[in-house]
Amino acid sequence: MASVSMTVNGKQVSATVDPRTLLAQFLREHLHLTGTHVGCDTSQCGACVVHVNGRAVKSCTTLAVSCDGATVTTIEGIGTADNLHPMQAAFRENHGLQCGFCTPGMIMSAIDIVNRKGNKLDEHTIREELEGNICRCTGYHNIVKAVAQGAAAMK
Amino acid sequence: MSAKTGVGAPVLRKEDFRFITGKGQYTDDINRQDQAHAYFLRSPHAHATIKKLDISAAKSAPGVLGVLTGDDLAADKIGGLICGWMIHNKDGSPMKAGAHPALAQGKVRYVGDHVAVVIADTYAQAKDAAEKIVVDYQVLPAVVDMNKAKSSAAIHDVAPDNVVYDWHLGDKAATDAAFSKAKHVTKIDLVNNRLIPNAMEPRAAIGDFDAGTGVYTLYTTSQNPHVARLVLSAFVGIAPEHKLRVIAPDVGGGFGSKIFIYAEETVCVWASKKVGRPVKWTADRTEAFLSDAHGRDHISHAELALDDKGKILGLRVQTKANLGAYLSTFSSCVPTYLYAPLLSGQYDIPAIYVEVEGIYTTTAPVDAYRGAGRPEATFLVERIIEKAARETGTDPATFRRKNFIKSFPHQTPVIMAYDTGNYTASLDLALEMADYKNFAKRKKDSAKNGKLRGIGFSAYIEACGIAPSAAVGSLGAGVGLWESAEIRVNPVGTVEVLTGSHSHGQGHETTFAQLVADRLGIDIDSVAVVHGDTDKVQFGMGTYGSRSGAVGMSAIVKAVDKVIAKGKKVAAYALEAAEKDIQFKDGRFSVAGTDKSLAFGEVALQAYIAHKFNGQDLEPGLKEGAFYDPTNFTFPSGVHICEVEIDPDTGTTDIVKWTAVDDFGNVINPMIVEGQVHGGIAQGVGQALLEGAHYNADGQLVTASYMDYTMPRADDLPSFDIGMTNTPCTTNPLGIKGCGEAGAIAAPPAVINAITDAVGHEDVPMPATPYAVWQACQKGARKLAAE
Repeated sequence: MASVSMTVNGKQVSATVDPRTLLAQFLREHLHLTGTHVGCDTSQCGACVVHVNGRAVKSCTTLAVSCDGATVTTIEGIGTADNLHPMQAAFRENHGLQCGFCTPGMIMSAIDIVNRKGNKLDEHTIREELEGNICRCTGYHNIVKAVAQGAAAMK
Repeated sequence: MSAKTGVGAPVLRKEDFRFITGKGQYTDDINRQDQAHAYFLRSPHAHATIKKLDISAAKSAPGVLGVLTGDDLAADKIGGLICGWMIHNKDGSPMKAGAHPALAQGKVRYVGDHVAVVIADTYAQAKDAAEKIVVDYQVLPAVVDMNKAKSSAAIHDVAPDNVVYDWHLGDKAATDAAFSKAKHVTKIDLVNNRLIPNAMEPRAAIGDFDAGTGVYTLYTTSQNPHVARLVLSAFVGIAPEHKLRVIAPDVGGGFGSKIFIYAEETVCVWASKKVGRPVKWTADRTEAFLSDAHGRDHISHAELALDDKGKILGLRVQTKANLGAYLSTFSSCVPTYLYAPLLSGQYDIPAIYVEVEGIYTTTAPVDAYRGAGRPEATFLVERIIEKAARETGTDPATFRRKNFIKSFPHQTPVIMAYDTGNYTASLDLALEMADYKNFAKRKKDSAKNGKLRGIGFSAYIEACGIAPSAAVGSLGAGVGLWESAEIRVNPVGTVEVLTGSHSHGQGHETTFAQLVADRLGIDIDSVAVVHGDTDKVQFGMGTYGSRSGAVGMSAIVKAVDKVIAKGKKVAAYALEAAEKDIQFKDGRFSVAGTDKSLAFGEVALQAYIAHKFNGQDLEPGLKEGAFYDPTNFTFPSGVHICEVEIDPDTGTTDIVKWTAVDDFGNVINPMIVEGQVHGGIAQGVGQALLEGAHYNADGQLVTASYMDYTMPRADDLPSFDIGMTNTPCTTNPLGIKGCGEAGAIAAPPAVINAITDAVGHEDVPMPATPYAVWQACQKGARKLAAE
């Protein structure tokens, strides 16, 4: 067993875990933050994207112990139903989600895209940058619109 | 009732708040106290007998609570999984359905077949222990190629030639006669590629047996929890229905793959009593690839007979359909009754004859996947129509227009009676939106840049609103396909809508609330939609085949009408007027010709306090239920036009414009309907350009992860231009036809017709990968040089 400490959504957490515990498992099973989803296990689908020290990371292929001392933000840490993050609001306003399973990872990736590429994003850039997130429901049409609107609103 | 939330308004979704904040509750997000975890040992071989299965070392591994096998299922008299639709052969004999135990009993039939389950305190312990199970397999030949299946090793003893059924539909003599008169016959050979549904949420289950009450609860990723309960009770025999509760909470996409009753969910329920603890299982993605029911996988030959004016005289089709190693829940009807009756498309075809062979192979079971039979039919019809237009030198739009059905109702030669439609209107709008008249100029411009430009049409028809129960019963269905609804009005006038439909992305919590709020004249936020729990909701048939609008919502309006009728009785007492004088409009019950009225909520309160009427004359309360059985299928239709530009040096296909014009009848929420179209097109483009499940000759699935199976990603797709026409359905109270599968049905032939147009010949497979398209470009260049 290994001990691990990190800051998750502003709270200091410590636990003793099996060293093979993945960050996604740690968040979901130890901290009960089930908004982070696991849709594959090969870093392909992006449903598990969280921010580690401010960068988008696929938590299904990250060992929890490798995040010792890190600052982690999950979908639960960016906004609430009464106080949505602009990117969350944009996904709703543009019907950028259907079943909702890929949505937390999409939103966390979208925020990361804005952090890296700025607030003015064209369709081509958004589509290229979303390469690491798979959605099976929406055909991406409305996700692309949502990311553009959310990016502008994050100014 | 605000115009902003009424029927026809693009109301933002009520359910979104929990999904965008990470508060959705999917099956894997649920944890039961003291739950254990299941890991399934799966067959590494496509086909083998199990000579010896030694579980002793696994049983004593750390944390292990139990190791269960097919012998344990047999000892407990647990039945096998069933196929719920009986298909009869040409000679009237029944199809050959091999036994399908949830855990193998002496034989495995595909890679991923379930050999044993290990249940342990943690998932890691269960997985580790499974490595200690020793299986002595005697490997048998894999059966992968449908064309060779008849002479291959028998997969099931009941079907020595691996043929499940040899079925037909239509009038052979009339069709032969039509061909004998033909001036031109167009022939085509097509492969409809095998797909893997890939809902983003993998399947999951928690079985939880309560020893105190003797009740089992199954939390699972299901599109139809009542059907799951029925099958697990009546056929598998785990527990009677009143001792089994099935809960399908938030479900992350289905596309058909979560209709079926699978081995893993079955085993989790059964095992929870065996080990005395809740048992949880969640598929990893490779398990999903291996064991979710796959889709499509047809090989077809078709011929179209034309007269000297280019009018269609007849169509004949021979199809081999891969059904995999076992018959999944609805598999048998997909390449038969969900396929052949759609082969008339939008066209007036006097004679059709179809023969379908269902084939066993040592691959995962194949069942309904978005569209289910209808995409296969549309791909065939729209490819052969396009080819016939080209062979006769006719513009493809003109050829279609000439052969469209133009008067309704229309009886096809293959069962279906189309109630209404206006195919020319959709074609005209699509041609205008796609700027078809300037296509030739765009093609020239592309050629100047060394690119090949092509345009492809798809005029599809779909049969939704599944289905009139007596009709499907006469065709072999084991269930009725009506839907149920209950409207529970609370004393304060808020409303709960209990529906047998199930939402797994379709937005029912919004659209159903929109409909009910509109009809009752109350605020949309006063309406809650309840679904997905057999303990809460009356028996219902679930969501698939674009049926929740046409059938599910029809049941809801039927129940709403009963609530209004009862409300009028209550209002008559409360307002001291005759019942016949009570009117209901805009949320108020009023006495005709007076200013006396009560709001809906006030009448609800009167119904529950029951002070103003005698309980012997009128029952207190305000709650009504309805079952709605449709009288016909519904027939959504439309025209999609795909324009592509191909780089002949790399074979890369760029979809430069997508035009979709659909006739879904009346629409409740256009925002949600357009979203359904977008998603459907993406899956259809996926089939046409990217996706293909591939088993090698040994029966190994070599596309079993997202590293190998190409899912459509954001940069593979364009934005879509969506248009709509509307001929309301005449056979349900809302005039709704259904929209869930249209895009997936329409898209593949539109893409392939565009690519074949660009490269100048018909030999382009699906998926049309860059390599395949590059080869097609080389062949096209050679053809051009030879000419």
